[in-house]
Amino acid sequence: MKALSQKRRHPLAAVALLLMGLLVTGGLYAAASSVNEAQAASAYSASDVEEGNKLFLANCATCHGMNAEGTDAGPSLIGVGAASVDFQVGTGRMPMQMQGPQAQVKPVQFDDEQVQQLSAYVASLGAGPAVPEAEYLDTSLGNSGQGGEIFRVNCAMCHNAAAAGGALTRGKFAPSLEGVEEKHIYEAMVIGPQNMPVFNDSNISPEDKRDVITFLKEIEAQGSPGGAKLGSLGPVSEGLFVWTAGLGIIIAFTIWLTSRPS
Amino acid sequence: MGDHSHGSPQESGTVAKAQDDSLDKIQDPGLPPHRARLTDTDPRAAKRAERQVAILFAISMIGTVLFFVGYFAVGHPESIAEIRLQNMLLGSGTAFAMLGIGVGIVHWARTLMPDHEIAESRHEVRTEEGRQEAEEIVNTIVDESGISRRPLIRNSLIGALALAPLPGIVILRDLDLTKASASEIVDRLRHTMWDKGVRLTRDPSGTPIKASDVQIGSAFHVIPDGLNETEDPLNEKAKAVVLLMRLNPEDLNVSPEREDWHHDGIVAYSKICTHVGCPVALYEQHTHHLLCPCHQSTFDLTQECEVIFGPAAHALPQLPITVDADGFLVAQSDFHEPVGPGYWERP
Repeated sequence: MKALSQKRRHPLAAVALLLMGLLVTGGLYAAASSVNEAQAASAYSASDVEEGNKLFLANCATCHGMNAEGTDAGPSLIGVGAASVDFQVGTGRMPMQMQGPQAQVKPVQFDDEQVQQLSAYVASLGAGPAVPEAEYLDTSLGNSGQGGEIFRVNCAMCHNAAAAGGALTRGKFAPSLEGVEEKHIYEAMVIGPQNMPVFNDSNISPEDKRDVITFLKEIEAQGSPGGAKLGSLGPVSEGLFVWTAGLGIIIAFTIWLTSRPS
Repeated sequence: MGDHSHGSPQESGTVAKAQDDSLDKIQDPGLPPHRARLTDTDPRAAKRAERQVAILFAISMIGTVLFFVGYFAVGHPESIAEIRLQNMLLGSGTAFAMLGIGVGIVHWARTLMPDHEIAESRHEVRTEEGRQEAEEIVNTIVDESGISRRPLIRNSLIGALALAPLPGIVILRDLDLTKASASEIVDRLRHTMWDKGVRLTRDPSGTPIKASDVQIGSAFHVIPDGLNETEDPLNEKAKAVVLLMRLNPEDLNVSPEREDWHHDGIVAYSKICTHVGCPVALYEQHTHHLLCPCHQSTFDLTQECEVIFGPAAHALPQLPITVDADGFLVAQSDFHEPVGPGYWERP
């Protein structure tokens, strides 16, 4: 302490203090604003990254480039984060079956460990959103009422009020959210896969995302209060059903009423 | 066509008679021979049909019981599963109760009630006397009222009939309870809550949005600050809702007069479709298309939301935005054009 008090009148003391202050605030800000990214880099081991690199070269590099820098056939993966890989590969969308308006879901090609290794490799290329923590996927902590309100404002216009999905322009579509894993719903909001907009944590906070997931899981579990859902696609499918099935029954009765009994 | 006015089932029409008798060559085939039903000839089949009718009536009784089971045994439903069960029991119970009686009676009539054929002669469609009588009545009215002789009365009646529906139209217009004048109503359609310095806030929470919160590719659903405190939030919201998106500034083709309307690639557009006012919020972050779910009007965000497909007539109005001293997004002014579909003063 004595040495410090002696040096405080040094001509450079003010500069040193200023530098220290800047470093502390800057460091804190960086830590606070990149919580997601920080976890991404630390959660995976070096061997995960190495194995992931091998898998990447064998399965993904044709379109995304040898160093994931992107080619004409596929975008760069630098900075897309582990969440993106976990979503795209974990739902079977990647590796893509064929080029088209959008990547379609198909049976998952890799096991969980391989998905994790691929995620580790892509996360090591640059900071990006990480795979969400279990705390934000626990629907027992969420509020489904609040989640429903957020869903109706932000998601329902594309994914339908009952989360049954809907059509977009030129062959693209918003998929049904029934049966989608909690983790993948969360990741989709964070990364905005394909043409879905990004809903980052400052737009919908992690707690709010958990509420949305809780809402989706609740409507999935409780089912439709009115009996058959008919795909929850709204008045068109319901009207079609009544016109074909309802009128069909009426016509059948009319024929029966006017026919001659044997 | 012949005059069939005096026709009777036993005689053919007068015109047919007036011609030669060639038409009489087609004989009235009469009724087909009576064919006995199985239940008429076989007592066992009749017995079976009787049982079937009784079963149908029993189904109706079971349906009624089902209804009461749903109504009393389920009681006040506590969960969605109970509501579903109750709906099912009430609906199918009523359906079977009605259908059982109806189908039972028809089946009874078809199989067991007598089925001898009866020929019923048709009523005369029109008699010449009746027609003349009606014509006379009309002529008498026209004559006695003097409507053709007194044009003053006729014309004033036409005038009165033309004016009479007008109150209905005026009442419709005055469904607006605020007693606003016509120019005020137009003004209300023309302006929204947005004004210089009004913060953009999240829908529904109403929390302000920092420019740094908006990542490229993201979409925010926005309401003006203070909307939830207004007298009629839903009416205000119906005009003022905005979709906020951020894209690469190079992707935007900005016209010279809108140069400073966006902030570093963050753009705000009215969410009300210019066709019939549905919320246009289906944003595709790579094609930068905005799709209206009602009639598939598609707007190109990179071309200042020009219509590229569908029935919408105008581009979506853009809200000029900037950043205030605290880094929050604020409006520079109201929309420069009316939002939503056209109206009388703005086709």
